[in-house]
Amino acid sequence: MNTEWFVVLSALLFSTGALGILLRRSPMVILLCLELMLNAGNLALVAFSRMVGNGQGQVFAVIVMVIAACEVVVGLGLIVAIFRRRLPLDVDDLRELRG
Amino acid sequence: MEEVLFFLAAIGALGGAFGVIAMRNPFYSVLALIVHLFSLAALFLLLTSAFVAAAQVVVYAGAVMVLYVFVVAYVGGGGESAWEPIPGQRFLAPLLGIALFVELSVAVLSSSLLALGEDGADVKAGFGNPAAIGRLLLEKFLVPFEASSILLLLAAVGAIVLASNRRREESA
Repeated sequence: MNTEWFVVLSALLFSTGALGILLRRSPMVILLCLELMLNAGNLALVAFSRMVGNGQGQVFAVIVMVIAACEVVVGLGLIVAIFRRRLPLDVDDLRELRG
Repeated sequence: MEEVLFFLAAIGALGGAFGVIAMRNPFYSVLALIVHLFSLAALFLLLTSAFVAAAQVVVYAGAVMVLYVFVVAYVGGGGESAWEPIPGQRFLAPLLGIALFVELSVAVLSSSLLALGEDGADVKAGFGNPAAIGRLLLEKFLVPFEASSILLLLAAVGAIVLASNRRREESA
């Protein structure tokens, strides 16, 4: 397979994730769309790593997975904290960063 | 054979991605994301990177998704309101998404990377297996590896502090 196909697929997945972030208002779904975008970046990294025949891009992809896991843990912690305070789970209602 | 596998996995990945943004119930979004992640693992296998594919299945589809399912079950599904705070959001957002895709595709396909249209370099048999990745991680990328482990520890502590049951406003 040409590398082109993988990179264009990765661009398509990235824009799908961006579209989801623009469209949805539940913070949970926005976190899922962030995952989509990070995974699209991972796909491009691994495809380029295969293209040049060098394993370093795969190490980057593994580190990106670690960052994504951290982001998920903190984001879900925030969602649980918001839910505990009986605030609405809607990013448009949560636009003011007051306690 | 390779092309068939690629298109099957690509359809799975795209279908999962569209499922994530189209489902009303967050629980179904999480399930669609699991489909997406498995398809991506198949794509990683096609790119001869076995370790990344295995990490994808074990870390994402295993651990992270279980976390998501627990939080969705705790918070409860509940669709979002149909009310649109930004007028025309439903029409503007797809327009901007398509614009982003066109821009990225033009940037990739018009780049001067000649190897993009080829099958990729010839690689040795052990390319992308756990031994090769482990050697790279622990020799060349030792400092990023340790930094990411500290970051994981910080994230875990931060999540416990954020989600803990203490009533901070009573003491303040």
